[in-house]
Amino acid sequence: MPTSRASVQRRTSSLSRVLLTVTAGFFALSASTVFAKDTLTVYTYESFTSEWGPGPVVKEAFEKTCDCELNFVALDSSTGILSRVQLEGESTRADVVLGLDTNLMALAEDTGLLEPSGVDTSALSLPIEWNSDVFVPFDYGYFAFVYDTEQLPEPPTSFDALIDAPDDLKIIIQDPRTSTPGLGLLLWMKSVYGDAAAEKWEALQPKILTVTKGWSEAYFSLFLAGEAPMVLSYSTSPGYHMAIDETEQYQAAAFDEGHYLQVEVAALLKSSKNKELGRKFLSFMLTPEFQTAIPLTNVMYPATDIGDELPEAFTRLIEPANTLLIDSATVRDQRKAWIDEWLEATTR
Amino acid sequence: MSGWKPPHVNDVMSRFLSPGLAALLLLFVVSATALPFIALVQTAEQLNVLEVLNNVWIQRVITFSVWQAFLSTLLSIGLAIPVAIALSREPHFPGRQWLLNAFSLSLVMPTVVAIFGIVTVYGRTGWLSSVLNHVGLEPISLYGLNGILLAHVFFNLPLATRIFLVALDGIPSSQWRLSAQLGIHGFARLRHIEWPAIRSHIAGTAVLIFALCLSSFAVVLTLGGGPRATTIEVAIYQALRFDFDLGTAVSLAFIQLFICVLVLTLGSLWKQNVPTAFSNTDHHANWRPATQWRATNAFIIALASGFTLLPVVGLLTSALNPAFVRVVLSSSTTEALINTILVGLSSASLSCLMGIGLLLVARHCQYRWKWLRTSLWIRQAGNSILVMPPLVLGTGYFLLLRPYADVFSLALWLVIMTNALLGLPFVLKILEAPIHQMADSHDRLIQSLGIRGWARVRWIDWPTLKPAGGFAFGIAASLSAGDLSAIALFGSDRVTTLPLLLYQRMGSYRMQEAAVTAVLLLLTCLLLFMLSHWATRSTRRTETVQEHA
Repeated sequence: MPTSRASVQRRTSSLSRVLLTVTAGFFALSASTVFAKDTLTVYTYESFTSEWGPGPVVKEAFEKTCDCELNFVALDSSTGILSRVQLEGESTRADVVLGLDTNLMALAEDTGLLEPSGVDTSALSLPIEWNSDVFVPFDYGYFAFVYDTEQLPEPPTSFDALIDAPDDLKIIIQDPRTSTPGLGLLLWMKSVYGDAAAEKWEALQPKILTVTKGWSEAYFSLFLAGEAPMVLSYSTSPGYHMAIDETEQYQAAAFDEGHYLQVEVAALLKSSKNKELGRKFLSFMLTPEFQTAIPLTNVMYPATDIGDELPEAFTRLIEPANTLLIDSATVRDQRKAWIDEWLEATTR
Repeated sequence: MSGWKPPHVNDVMSRFLSPGLAALLLLFVVSATALPFIALVQTAEQLNVLEVLNNVWIQRVITFSVWQAFLSTLLSIGLAIPVAIALSREPHFPGRQWLLNAFSLSLVMPTVVAIFGIVTVYGRTGWLSSVLNHVGLEPISLYGLNGILLAHVFFNLPLATRIFLVALDGIPSSQWRLSAQLGIHGFARLRHIEWPAIRSHIAGTAVLIFALCLSSFAVVLTLGGGPRATTIEVAIYQALRFDFDLGTAVSLAFIQLFICVLVLTLGSLWKQNVPTAFSNTDHHANWRPATQWRATNAFIIALASGFTLLPVVGLLTSALNPAFVRVVLSSSTTEALINTILVGLSSASLSCLMGIGLLLVARHCQYRWKWLRTSLWIRQAGNSILVMPPLVLGTGYFLLLRPYADVFSLALWLVIMTNALLGLPFVLKILEAPIHQMADSHDRLIQSLGIRGWARVRWIDWPTLKPAGGFAFGIAASLSAGDLSAIALFGSDRVTTLPLLLYQRMGSYRMQEAAVTAVLLLLTCLLLFMLSHWATRSTRRTETVQEHA
């Protein structure tokens, strides 16, 4: 019967159409897997990837140099980057970790999860000599207390002065267990006071309004909202306000004892399946495209000499009287004891 | 006759299938609890718990945990007594039932949501602080012990009030009549009639609240102000997520377990008065004499209402902000929402399955095999999960699976599993009575009629269990969907739920986004609870209609 034949035909044609679609889909799928762009996954801290941070600029510039995708994963804190890859072990999805610092280097290297970078670091221009073949520095800065000149016209000029100031001078600091500036402050106090650090922490306790998990919450959410007149940050932070906001309201307090240096670094993971691309990214960090973006997006000094590209505001920053740094092997050995000491002193 | 089967087949079904399946569930519950525990013990063998105990900061953490739990209990109980008395003396107070419903709501209200409400009202930039500012006073700081106590009282005052109110409502009419005849009024009435009724419930309620506050995680994580206000639960989380210090995490887990067992053992001394916090039935108060001290009562009730309702109002008003549509439609929110519903439904199903399985095995032991002690032991085993705080359980799962898989990619499964076990004691509590009552009264009849195996489950057990089952499912689903502990441990940028998203948004002080997330989470939990309640009710009604037809 014609009707039934037509329906059979219709059924066959619809069947073949389904088959065709499935096959086409299959091919499209396999094609997309074959020609899929390589993806480089980078674990970093939150402020690096924010819209005003270096993340978006770096992503665009790097993706131009390769047929690949750069995927930043923002973790809730900077030390969190390290504990996260430790927790994930071999099965981590990260190819590169970005945002550890000089203090954490020995600790990170001891995990056995990192691999030598093979990057030529001769272009570096840092206040210290660089001799690690695992870590590649991308910027540096000095820890400093940044203050609001409108709330605090005359800031303390040393740790002693800060500790002796009246108790209504409140500061916001970060937790040394989670944040690299927090650990920086711990080591800064340690290099200034040595064995007396614990009692100085106890004396400083009444000034501490709160201890935040990461730098962003302390700086943006609390300090800039006017919750406290002083916050632990970097000597370079005022550079952003002077260059972008065109205001002198926020300044860094120069301390007589000197300032503690932080060099921020990135490294390649042994477990990465994209090592070539990872190395390419680590080299890219030292090119002018990356380095010139640093001062006004990450608000740190670039790790290489970028000459005239350094914003004018950066020439008006405080110069530390004395550069302090504890070598990372000592930090690795003492970190737990010093953090316990800090916990003990600040909860007494 | 179409449904008839040869007796021997049915016999096989009843003998092996139904108890067999239940036993399988029992095995599952036991291994799901025991395996992480064994993983903890194995790790603990290589470390010295005493060494951790020597750390001065850890000692302070332990002291603080106990101290804040003690203060929270004292405040909650102390404040609940006058509120319960005032409510009991004012049975016709306008909005009374409404307030009691709001008190029950706090059972399904996720902790993080309540914390957000508390921050909007009592926080540094909250309503109370701006009022204080106008008067020229310093704003109060919520971070630290103040905030923790405030939040714990917020959760436990309604709980304690409900328990005491049930106790007061249980005073027999004869006692009231006698007291009226004897002319007992005012303080004498309080001392001789009301106080004895409440007193017998204080110890049990106190132990319950103390245990809840001791293992409180979300409150301390969000409102604890840094290292000065840390509890053992939070310290476990920090050791694991901040420092990757498995040794300290496991040692702390054991310390926490030890204290919890100690508290609950002490609590079982007052076992007969450990109150049922989850009663599904409405209590009808007995007759009582005319109300006294009306102004004081009204004042106390108004204060209690303000305290518990303001945060909810604060939450709702702050959610109506310009970011509302953007946040609701953002992919991170929808993804978290889907995960939250998935976690709620899956872990509630698992809880109910495990709970019913355990209870059926216990019933079989008791009525068929007459193994009374085994039956009791099985029911106790499910309840013993109460002493396993979520973070301890989570740490165990973490250690168990880490050698074989990327724990973070299994996050959702682990959260479902952990939350299912945490919901189990509640499910057991709710379903125990209906399952046993039915067996008590009808077991012989059912047996003599030869209704066995699946037929018994389908025609006898299921219809009687359905309403209580719906209630249990709703409680388990909303508790699991609103829980922050397991997801805080296993969650990451890849897997989030609404509680975690809310915590993160609050943590980075994005309050507008946080407000919208909080309302969304609250609605999700309420819907999960009400839908499961409603679903089981409506089908029951149709079945009754069919029966009549």
